[in-house]
Amino acid sequence: MDFGLIIRNALRAAFGDFAAVYALAAIGLNMHFGYTGLLNFGQAAFLALGAYGIGVTVTYLGLSLWVGIAVGIAAAVLFALLLGIPTLRLRADYLAIVTIAASEIVRFLVRSVTLSDYTGGSFGLSNFADQFYALNPLDGTQYGIGPIQYTGRQTWVLLVAWSLVALMTLLTYTLMHSPWGRVLKSIREDEDAARSLGKNVFVYKMQSLVLGGVIGALGGFMLAISIQSVQPDTYSTAITFFAYAILILGGTARVFGPVIGSMLFWSLLSLTDNVLRQAVNAGYIPPSILDGTQIGQVRLMLVGLGIMLLMIFRPQGIFGDREEIALDAR
Amino acid sequence: MPDNTATSTLDGIAHEPGVAKPDAVLVADSVVRRFGGLKAVDVEHAEFQRGAITALIGPNGAGKTTFFNLLTGFDQADSGSWTYDGKKLSGVPAHKVARRGVVRTFQLTKALSRLTVMENMKLGATGQSGESFLRALVPPLWKRQEKAIEARAEDLLERFKLDKKRDDFAGTLSGGQRKLLEMARALMVEPRIVMLDEPMAGVNPALTQSLLGHVKDLRAEGMTVLFVEHDMDVVRDISDWVIVMAQGRIIAEGTHEAIGRNQAVIDAYLGAHHDAPLTEAEERQQLEEADAQLAAEAQQEHAKP
Repeated sequence: MDFGLIIRNALRAAFGDFAAVYALAAIGLNMHFGYTGLLNFGQAAFLALGAYGIGVTVTYLGLSLWVGIAVGIAAAVLFALLLGIPTLRLRADYLAIVTIAASEIVRFLVRSVTLSDYTGGSFGLSNFADQFYALNPLDGTQYGIGPIQYTGRQTWVLLVAWSLVALMTLLTYTLMHSPWGRVLKSIREDEDAARSLGKNVFVYKMQSLVLGGVIGALGGFMLAISIQSVQPDTYSTAITFFAYAILILGGTARVFGPVIGSMLFWSLLSLTDNVLRQAVNAGYIPPSILDGTQIGQVRLMLVGLGIMLLMIFRPQGIFGDREEIALDAR
Repeated sequence: MPDNTATSTLDGIAHEPGVAKPDAVLVADSVVRRFGGLKAVDVEHAEFQRGAITALIGPNGAGKTTFFNLLTGFDQADSGSWTYDGKKLSGVPAHKVARRGVVRTFQLTKALSRLTVMENMKLGATGQSGESFLRALVPPLWKRQEKAIEARAEDLLERFKLDKKRDDFAGTLSGGQRKLLEMARALMVEPRIVMLDEPMAGVNPALTQSLLGHVKDLRAEGMTVLFVEHDMDVVRDISDWVIVMAQGRIIAEGTHEAIGRNQAVIDAYLGAHHDAPLTEAEERQQLEEADAQLAAEAQQEHAKP
């Protein structure tokens, strides 16, 4: 077995485009769930709206990518308002039900035959991000440190994606150390108490839902741009649940939780994948137990097992404070 | 004996439900709240004297907490209206009621567990510019105000003897300390009326004394205090005026001495005729009446086809 390759791939995954995209999705979720206590199970839809925002604007309307980005952000804001207006006055569980349904509705809408002229149906859209790559200032063929190497094109995507992650982390840090963030956290703890102290709980929840959704849409932009295509089934609920796994792994309501959680999550996936694949190829695992086509599923099981163990032995995640988690929320 | 002027201003007032007060700060009219078929609150008229401590007592299920919830905007009345300082307060949402200076606490203490004691306190301050999303992004815009708020919070924490806990999570406080924190936090709002829902419930006797002292301090500072309480010793100790509710209605009002003698109140708490022992003849008569009634019902049952 080539352990050098296994570790190289794990490191590449930790700094790769998926890690950055999911870090953005999880930063948004952290705003919703970690700080405000909003159970949003539809984060995938915010990514989808970002991705299709640029896809449809560029491919169908023939406008520039930058207009597409504005459209994607506007769509995410509208979607958050649409979800929030009926549900944010109700108990937290209602938002959970509505968001998971709404995110599936978005996916079915964009893959529907009726809309296929605009969204490309189940095939999706592609080649809409040329404007982004035209801005690439990197002319070399390969960049990286030691064993972690990326092509110039990949490096450009990664630079922008990780800059967005850094910017959104900074934004979260600033907000959560402000009186605004204090109100959000108080709503998470007990919204009636916040109300009795003169806080307009509905408005704050809405702001949180919109902001976290827009951060999710940024993840959608980067996902669509990095592979130059959008396909409806990329935006299934799996994105949402991966983002939750990342958030819990890193530690909820921690500024760096989603970032480190995402890097760890993707390197773990790569690690288990590569180890299994090499073990199968080298014959350490007989085909009667596991063959090459099953690795994709088994690695998810192993990562799931890992997260379960983490929850048992370190329920606060990597950055969390065990004492804080142990406190009863009420 | 309550040692202040509010009692004397309430001296000559009739001891009857819904009586007018010389300087009423909160006035409620025909407030009704139904839960299905049950009229949980049915208050015809109630006035609360400014600067006084008014106790709201009554047996379980009398509608005291529901009445509190209505007045503070945490629940919607089916009908009725109430005013605060002459301005309409009915229909105003809870957070605006608080901003106008009517602040409540809860029967089940709502300490914000995973916020520190200091954060709990600072949350209480109103009119914080840093609570607006855009201004929150630029700390220099709110840092100075934050410092002032922190100083005020520190004074209050000292007064409530919580200053040593300032950086602990509120969730680590004892039940009594949470009550203290909730009261101190309510004061950060700079209220004119403080409404305490069972402030002494589940608090040990030593801390009860200290809480009582704090409630009296509120009155000394000119605030109006309304509180729901079950402990009659507490009511006797601090209240200037007592309002008794039963089955949603106000059945009596007066000073605590007068309330103790009021027959309607005794009936509401203990049931009518609880203290009238039956003679043998009366008992026999009641039994006969009951038998006759049963016989009549049985006959009716038979008469049915």
